[in-house]
Amino acid sequence: MTAAFTADAARALGGPEWLVRRRLAAVERLTQAAWPTPSEEIWRYSRIDQLDLDRYRPFAAEELGAPGDERAPGGGPWAAEAGKHAGMIVVRDGRVVHHELDPGLEAKGVRACGIATCEDDLVSTLVGRASSASEDAFTVLHDAFLAGGAFVHVPAGVVVEDPILVLHWCEGDGRASFPHTLVSLGEGAQATVLDRFGSPQTDHLVDAVTELLVDDNAHLRYLTVQEHGTRTWHLGLLRAHVGRDATLRTSAVALGGDYARLRSEALLTGQGAESDQLAVYFGDGEQMLDFRTLQDHDAPNTRSDLLFKGAVEDKARSVYSGLVHLRPAAKKANASQTNRNLVLTEGASAESIPNLEIEANDVRCSHASTVGPIDDEQLYYLESRGIPPEEAERLIVLGFFDDVFERLPVGALTRGLRRSVVDKLEHARARR
Amino acid sequence: MTAEHLLRITDLHATVARHEILRGVDLEVRTGEVHALMGPNGSGKSTLSHALMGSGEYEVTRGSVSIDGEELLGLPTWQRAQRGLFLAMQYPVEVPGVPLEEVVGAALDARGASRADLHDRIVAEARTLGVPDELLGRGVNTEFSGGEKKRAETVQLAVLEPKFAVLDEIDSGLDVDALRDVARRVYALARERQVGVLAITHYARLLAELRPDRVHVFLAGRIVKSGGPELADELERTGYEGIAAELGIDELTVVQPLPDADPFGDPTIGSNPFADPLA
Repeated sequence: MTAAFTADAARALGGPEWLVRRRLAAVERLTQAAWPTPSEEIWRYSRIDQLDLDRYRPFAAEELGAPGDERAPGGGPWAAEAGKHAGMIVVRDGRVVHHELDPGLEAKGVRACGIATCEDDLVSTLVGRASSASEDAFTVLHDAFLAGGAFVHVPAGVVVEDPILVLHWCEGDGRASFPHTLVSLGEGAQATVLDRFGSPQTDHLVDAVTELLVDDNAHLRYLTVQEHGTRTWHLGLLRAHVGRDATLRTSAVALGGDYARLRSEALLTGQGAESDQLAVYFGDGEQMLDFRTLQDHDAPNTRSDLLFKGAVEDKARSVYSGLVHLRPAAKKANASQTNRNLVLTEGASAESIPNLEIEANDVRCSHASTVGPIDDEQLYYLESRGIPPEEAERLIVLGFFDDVFERLPVGALTRGLRRSVVDKLEHARARR
Repeated sequence: MTAEHLLRITDLHATVARHEILRGVDLEVRTGEVHALMGPNGSGKSTLSHALMGSGEYEVTRGSVSIDGEELLGLPTWQRAQRGLFLAMQYPVEVPGVPLEEVVGAALDARGASRADLHDRIVAEARTLGVPDELLGRGVNTEFSGGEKKRAETVQLAVLEPKFAVLDEIDSGLDVDALRDVARRVYALARERQVGVLAITHYARLLAELRPDRVHVFLAGRIVKSGGPELADELERTGYEGIAAELGIDELTVVQPLPDADPFGDPTIGSNPFADPLA
């Protein structure tokens, strides 16, 4: 590994003893971790060979401040944009700097707090429960420098109506940060969580992990929004475990970053579990947006659906590589996987690779994938109504994304996210 | 009373893949008039409608199309529409996620016209034309039936109120009730709102409700005979063959209809139906 990511640096980050031990164990593993290369299938088409880890170092403990020292007063404009919410955790450079929660929910045992500062012993048993099964060099690096991060817990039977916000801001040239979001829903619980990431125009490495643990009969709706500055690298793992008769809907909106990768994985562990994965992505300039998805069925009568829609402009590139895995236990499972891409300019490109691995009998499985420019006939139709081509294109692109936008949780954000897509389209067009 | 406008088509020739489809079309339509242009499958009727609208699939090699003396042929499609031309397409295109109201709204914005009462006007037209409310929430034409698409085209026509409307086989795929709704609405637009109508069809049943002022017979890429409504009756009796024989014309079509083609269905399967018309 590199000189900056040392055991001393990991130890100095402080926090509870279990977390320090966990970090040091990861530092050990880091020395053995194989560094990824694009020759591995899972990194194919990626820009991983352009990542120079020596450019970055982790934050020092004194830069982040003591785990319990919460300096930020609130969530700023992001909190306002999300509308009415039940709770909020603000995370800067991977460490919680503010948390708040509706007192009525607090009294029912709901938690929205820092992983490193939560008084509940529960958290130490939950961190890594989902992500450890999907380890790669970046999750090990993440574990080695995990300073804290957000913990959301909804106990069995409790329903949280309004969203809980987790707002991550990462800043600083040549720095790496390790945001973590851990969401745990007890049996029959219900919640909506927003996990929003951003950074300014800094050369920053974000190595993020989100874990969603959805117990039997629980229902979780989750939206992650990635709006990094265009020099930031983001490597994220989103991994969920979904229990018996539980439902999970994850959605991702990816707009920012220089190279931004999200592994989005749902493991259906209990009979009747369901997961929906949605994404909207829009790349312009020299961006690369990279998605690797997994719909992993390990129980009977499980259902999963995936709809990822993206557009690329300028010289931007996107990758979608997804696997539906129906394990032997997944009898009568039903899985579908759809990836659609608009390539808006000649210099841009999109890869789309859907895969199936079926080990169970009596299952239903479908997949679809498209990559192409805007349909000329659609343009002609709208132009025949007197709509100029630029406006027709704007309508078609927004219309293309509409069925995903319509299904996003945290409806207060949808309008602004559509606006962000239009802004990117218009900026890209101004450069044409 | 709005001012009268004139759509003038003069000696219009057009080709697809270097094969000449339009072979000198001459026609004048004034606002408030209803013209029916009737021709068999493969006579080039749809080519005429798309050549008027400026589709990139067709190359106009000669002639002129003007509104009130202003040449349209050099203009892109959207500017032709803004000059007052509307094409109700034979195969309206599905645009997912862009509802009809958004299409019409954007079209009004582009003309600098007001969106005032737009929603109410669309809902009212949709009721008149039998377009279920739920379809207005979908992307325009998306998963509409053939008949619903034609009704939705007519809703847009009614709200946009162009100077001239070209209806490309608006009757195909319509059942009797839908045909009556659509034709009556178009007739009213012509008589009450002075829309000039050019209804392209190969089927006379549309004309009973549309009550055209003029009927034109279109064979092999040009108008071979024009007359009043009685010409449609003659056509009913003699067929296109009869008219052709009367005029000493051998050739009825410029495009060979596909074998087994449904006469009321899509005679032009494929993205470029005329790519190899003589194959």
